[in-house]
Amino acid sequence: MDDDGVFKALADPTRRHLLDRLFERDGRTLTELESELEMTRFGVMKHLRVLEEAGLVATRRSGREKLHFLNPVPIRLIHDRWIDKYTERRVSALTDLKTQLEETG
Amino acid sequence: MTTMTATTTQVYQVFIKASPEVIWDAITKPEFTSKYFHGVTIDTSPEERRSYSGSELKSVQEVLEFEPPRRLVHSWISYYDQEMAAEEPSRVSWEIEPQEGDYSLLTVVHDQLEGAPKTAASVSGAGWMMVLSGLKTLLETGEPLTSF
Repeated sequence: MDDDGVFKALADPTRRHLLDRLFERDGRTLTELESELEMTRFGVMKHLRVLEEAGLVATRRSGREKLHFLNPVPIRLIHDRWIDKYTERRVSALTDLKTQLEETG
Repeated sequence: MTTMTATTTQVYQVFIKASPEVIWDAITKPEFTSKYFHGVTIDTSPEERRSYSGSELKSVQEVLEFEPPRRLVHSWISYYDQEMAAEEPSRVSWEIEPQEGDYSLLTVVHDQLEGAPKTAASVSGAGWMMVLSGLKTLLETGEPLTSF
């Protein structure tokens, strides 16, 4: 729900790796995700829980299986909140510079 | 390789500081949708989901479940692109769950995309993210994220 959780979740290489795995193929079980990592089932579960709490992973039940889906929306929100803001400023700084140079020139 | 094979089920979630009723109106009433849904005016009744560009009717999708203010399920065809429009229809489910602190969790599940690979790839890019990010901004600030 807040940016802190997303930044914290993204600050770990294993968790970023898990997101990349889901990006390649979405809707996987814990067993599938675990098989690609040199890590205990418990370790993978712990990382998935952090990702879930940050809203970066959504889970759905399909019969007896719990499937994990990459939810990219929080990253989009960070993009809208942070990246857009600073790129806009850089663009406007250049526009200001242009105006200034052209006025004095 | 980092290319993505768009899957046949896609799940998107966003927390929005708004009641389920407000979110329900925002996804079903035309005066809201034009402000965040790629500029499209969408009018959803218990039977049909009609999309307009201006006043021109562009597409009519079947509404499969209509349970205000918690659950809306409708069929999906990407009518705005000729190739995608020729694909088989898929399905979109909107689920709204109230959370603590005046928040609601909105989940969008786009599935049954087996017969619509181009649509699957298209909506999984910026597609649903733009819609949900725009919807959240609109409801929390009263202002649209982008002007169409």
